[in-house]
Amino acid sequence: MAGLTRGYLIQRILMWILTIWIGVTLTFAIPRLGGSDPTTAMVLAMMNLRGYVENANQIIESYKQSFGLNDPVYIQYIRYLGHVVRFDYGFSFARFPTAAWDIVTPALPWTLGLLSVASVLSFIIGVTIGSLMGWRRTPRWLQTILPTSLTFTSIPYFMFGIFLISIIAFKLHWLPATGGYSMSVNPGWNLPFIKDVLLHAIMPLLSIVLTSMGGWALGMRGLMIGVNNEDYFLLAQAKGLSPARIFFRYGIRNAILPALTAFALGLGALVGGSTLVEWIFAYPGTGYTLYRSIQDQDYTVIQTITNLMIVITATGVLILDLLYPLVDPRITYKRSVSS
Amino acid sequence: MAAVASNSSAQLTQTPARRTGVRDMPWLNAKFVAGSIVILLTLLFGLLGPLFWNTDLAYTASSPLNLPPAWVEGGSPDHPLGTESNGRDMLAQLIVGIPASLKVGVVAASIGMAVGILLGSTAGYVGGWPDHIIRTITDSVITIPSLMVLIAIAAYVSMPDTTAMALILALFAWPGPTRLIRSQVLTLRERGYVRMALLSNVPTLEIMLVEMVPNMLPWLAASLTGGISGAILGETGLEALGLGPTRVPSLGMIINYALNSTALVRGMVWWWLPPIIALVVIFTGFFLMTIGLDEIANPRLRGYSNVK
Repeated sequence: MAGLTRGYLIQRILMWILTIWIGVTLTFAIPRLGGSDPTTAMVLAMMNLRGYVENANQIIESYKQSFGLNDPVYIQYIRYLGHVVRFDYGFSFARFPTAAWDIVTPALPWTLGLLSVASVLSFIIGVTIGSLMGWRRTPRWLQTILPTSLTFTSIPYFMFGIFLISIIAFKLHWLPATGGYSMSVNPGWNLPFIKDVLLHAIMPLLSIVLTSMGGWALGMRGLMIGVNNEDYFLLAQAKGLSPARIFFRYGIRNAILPALTAFALGLGALVGGSTLVEWIFAYPGTGYTLYRSIQDQDYTVIQTITNLMIVITATGVLILDLLYPLVDPRITYKRSVSS
Repeated sequence: MAAVASNSSAQLTQTPARRTGVRDMPWLNAKFVAGSIVILLTLLFGLLGPLFWNTDLAYTASSPLNLPPAWVEGGSPDHPLGTESNGRDMLAQLIVGIPASLKVGVVAASIGMAVGILLGSTAGYVGGWPDHIIRTITDSVITIPSLMVLIAIAAYVSMPDTTAMALILALFAWPGPTRLIRSQVLTLRERGYVRMALLSNVPTLEIMLVEMVPNMLPWLAASLTGGISGAILGETGLEALGLGPTRVPSLGMIINYALNSTALVRGMVWWWLPPIIALVVIFTGFFLMTIGLDEIANPRLRGYSNVK
């Protein structure tokens, strides 16, 4: 951790707090600016469903009482921030005795697994493709083939997922269409279960990786083209270093830094997109739980998942930020000057 | 020796001619033109469609149920693209849905762009603490998973119409343009003609609008087209989850109804595929425009063969 100075660390952690604070404040403030509150929204939805609800006003009033919605907004806000810090959102609206948090936790490993594998895989593949596209000495045949890998770039993840389900699962019957694992296997650390989980994860993974890697590839291509004309790059070629060494140590190593920043900035979009992918595949993660709680008008669970994903994304960005000095020599340099 | 010299001089005269041809009309970038044509055609489909087809058929119970497209056994020429389980005509839904989706994207991205120009140029031009605050907040908001926040908001606020939708989407449409414009203004500020204008005591606003904005045009346009497709992506995501305005037919709503009615399992390809194709065409169009504009703005991206 040569380049990790205390100032940098503090600054990044403050950014982490600020990001989470803005995110959770927006989810608190916007609905209230629109003049709606969860209980009224829920009773209205009940009315839509059943046509008529007896004593609707009393229900709203008693809910407001028990959830403290009659207090002034700033007290509600402070209490809400307390919930965020403690990750305690009270009970689920739809499945009352269960705490909202207990509904979300079983879904968490699925989402974290899918997200981390998908994001890293798509970044690595995308950067490799992009670097090869931007490198002057890439073989001609590879240059002509590579752009085809960008075909799916402009398709939203979940729509690509619908294609995959209809073709691979329903037409060809190669892979299971939905869910995280089959009913026939025992969850646990046994081989059939792990194999089954991996089989179920292929299509959700593919629908994220194939559609998102093109973005990284395009960005990396531009960065690599820039490096191509740098003096140190030309010198490395003139010295007769092996192409592999030039490509990795002089090319990717120098071009990748802005791509890493872009990766951190794109994490939020990835989390949002994967929510819809989980929903399409009925994958048992937080995205699918979120969809079900929208169906059930389960506001506490919606709030829990939303805020949790904001925290997770911010933490992912924080981790990337803290790793950044390890790969960027200039930040290391800065430190040796200041200390 | 003479032959070699004349040969190389011929090359010399030839190459610049070809290159200036490219430079003279950077806006004739193939990707940009192709993307623009695609978007124009989808727009025309939505604008001219109502002249040829009855758009009332886009609403519930206006047509027979579950008709396959006309070219399939059992289809009817009255409903060329078929109908779905709530008695809506697919062609009419597409004609109404495509411009609705485009409108939301354009409105949201334009608001984001306006805010971005304001904040980005302030940050880049004024510098100091305003720059620091704007940059910090922008960098924070850009990493928030916007779809999660949008879902939480949309779950509370019932969307009355597409304008409300566009306004809510605009909440997250500004950080991208802000970052871009800030960095552009920072580089432009050091250019000779901007300094010249500064020394000539030209008002700040005029420097920004007359000297800077025209020079950022390709970047601004790329940011706008990227923003539009981003907003449409968020919009269709919300609608597909059933959180959009329910009264207006939109591409996302068609997908939502199709998935909720298990169109995938029932093999009703004509129900879920057309809205997805329409969206893929729209996204591809904007994507081509964006990378085309990127190449116009940044000639290095046109590939090393042109630069060398």
